[in-house]
Amino acid sequence: MVPLSWYIVLSAIVFSIGVFGFLARRNLIIVFMSVELMLNSVNISLVAFSHYLQSMRGQILVFFIITVAAAEAAIGLAILIAFYRNNPTIKVDEINLLKG
Amino acid sequence: METASTITLAGFRLIIPELTIICVALMLLLLDLIVKKKGVIAAVGIAGTFVALYGTFKLYGISEPVTAFSDMFVLDGYGNFFKVIFYLNVILTICISLKYMTVEKASFGEYYALLLFATAGMMFMASAADLIVIYLGLELMALSTYILAGLMRKQLRSNEAALKYFFLGAFSSAFLLYGISLTYGLTGTTNLKEIAASLITLNLAENPIVFLGLIFLVVSFGFKIALVPFHMWAPDVYEGAPTSITAFMSVGPKAAGFAVMGRVLFDAFGGQQVQWNSILIPLAVITMAAGSIIALAQTNIKRMLAYSSIAHAGYMLLGIIAGTPGGLTSTVNYLMIYTFMNIGAFAIIIMLRREGFQGENLEDYMGLAKSHPLASALMLIFMFSLTGIPPTAGFVGKFYVFLEAINSGYVYLAVIAVIFSAISAFFYLRVVMYMYMKDPKQEVVLTTSYSMNFALAVTAVMVLLIGVFPSFLLNLVRVSILG
Repeated sequence: MVPLSWYIVLSAIVFSIGVFGFLARRNLIIVFMSVELMLNSVNISLVAFSHYLQSMRGQILVFFIITVAAAEAAIGLAILIAFYRNNPTIKVDEINLLKG
Repeated sequence: METASTITLAGFRLIIPELTIICVALMLLLLDLIVKKKGVIAAVGIAGTFVALYGTFKLYGISEPVTAFSDMFVLDGYGNFFKVIFYLNVILTICISLKYMTVEKASFGEYYALLLFATAGMMFMASAADLIVIYLGLELMALSTYILAGLMRKQLRSNEAALKYFFLGAFSSAFLLYGISLTYGLTGTTNLKEIAASLITLNLAENPIVFLGLIFLVVSFGFKIALVPFHMWAPDVYEGAPTSITAFMSVGPKAAGFAVMGRVLFDAFGGQQVQWNSILIPLAVITMAAGSIIALAQTNIKRMLAYSSIAHAGYMLLGIIAGTPGGLTSTVNYLMIYTFMNIGAFAIIIMLRREGFQGENLEDYMGLAKSHPLASALMLIFMFSLTGIPPTAGFVGKFYVFLEAINSGYVYLAVIAVIFSAISAFFYLRVVMYMYMKDPKQEVVLTTSYSMNFALAVTAVMVLLIGVFPSFLLNLVRVSILG
C-alpha cells in the first residue's frame, strides 16, 4: 500500500510545478494550464487525506473543485477570446496596455 | 466524526435573503429577453435587493448564532451586518451605473444579474461556517466579477483588466484550496469551529504545517482584499474595468474578503493569534506604505483610487491584527464607512464620463468648481473623508481602528498608519486643489440622472452624518458583532 506521505509529496511537487509555470511561462494558454495543474494537485492531496482520515468531506470538496474549475475554464477562455479579438496575441509580455 | 446530514426546512428559512437575491438574478436574466428598457431591469434588481434587505432585518432578531445544513452555514449578527454592506454596495452600484453603461455602449441586462450573483456569493462568504462554503461563495463572487470587469467587450482596456483579474484570481483560489487541503488533512475537518477544537485536542497549535496552511489561506484572502504584495492586479483591473464595476469591486469583494478573513482567523485559528499576526503585521505595514506612496505618482484618478483602496485595506487590517472582538468591530465599522465614501467618489468620476470624453485624468478636474460647484463640493467631501479629516466619516473609521490597535498594544502600528495617512492627504487633496485652485482647461459637461443624484445624495449625507454622529453606526456594529 502506498503511504499517505507519498501522495502529499506528489501533490506538493505538482503544485510547485504549477506555481513555477504560472510565474515563468509566457504563453497565456500554458499559464492557464498551470493553474489547472495547481487545482488538480489539491485534488490529489484532498483525496489522499480523505482516504487516510476515512472522512468524506475531502472527496466532496474535490467534486466541487472539479465543477468550479470547469466553470472557471469556460469563463477564462471566453475572456481570452474576447481579448484576442481586439488584440491578437497570447504572449504575456505583450499585454501591457495598463501599467504604471 | 461525520455528523448526519441535516437539511431541514428550518434551514432554508435562514438563507431566504440569499435565495431571494439568486432568484431575482435568475429572473433578471429572463426579463432581459422580454423587456428592452434596461431601467426596468435595474429597478427590479433594486427592488429584489430591498426584499432581501427586509429578510435580513427580519432575521436580525435572532441573537444567538444559528447553524444550518450540517453546520455549513451560520446566521449571526456578524454575517448579517456584512450582508447589509453588500446590499448597500449593489444598490448604489446599480444607481450609478444605469446611465454610465449606456454611455459605454455596454448596457446589457446580464450586467444586473451578474451584480446580484456576485452579491449572493459575498453573502454566502459572510455566513460561511465551513471552508467548503467559503470556497464556493468566493468562486461565485469571483467568477461574476471577472465577467463584469470585461463587460466592455469592444474596449481593449476592459479585456485586459478582465484577463489579469481572471488569471490572478484563479491563482489565488488555488492557494486557498491548498490551504484548505492542508488544514483538512491535519485537523480532519473543514468546519471552522471543529478546526479550532481539533487544533487543541490533537495538540497542533505549534505544528509548522498548520502554520503553512494558515499562510496559504492568508495569501488567498490577501489577493481578494488587495494586500501588498498580492495587489498587482488591483491598479490594472480598477483602471480598465467599467468605472461602476470598479466602485463595486473596491467595496464588495474587499468587504467579503475581510468577512471571511475575520471568521477564519477568529473562529478557526483564534488560538494562533501570535502566528497570524507575525504574517499580518508586516503585510499591513507594506500595504499602507506602498498604497500611499505609489498613489502619489498617479495621474489617472481611477488608478489613484486603486492605490488608495490598497492603503485603506492596510488600515482596516489593523483592527484584525488587534485580535479582539473590539478590533473586529472597528474593521467592520470602517468597511461600512468606506462603502459610502468610495462609491461616492467613483460616482463623481462616472459623472465626468460622456461620449468621447474619458474624464479620468487629474487634469480633467481642473477648475471644476467654477463650472460645477455642487459636484466639486461633493467630491471635496469624499476626498476629505478618504483622507480622514473630521467631521467626515473617514475620520471616525480611522479613529476607531487606530484606537483598537493602541488598546491591544500596537502603538507603533498606529503611529505608522497615521504617518501614511498624512502622506495620503497629498494625493487626495491634490484633486481638491485641482478643482478649486486651477483654471479650467476645457468645458466639462456632467452626465447626470435621477438615480445618480440619488446615489450621490445618499453617500454624501451618510458620510457627513456618520462623521457628526458616529455612535449610531458604532453601536449598531457592536450590537451585531458582540451581541
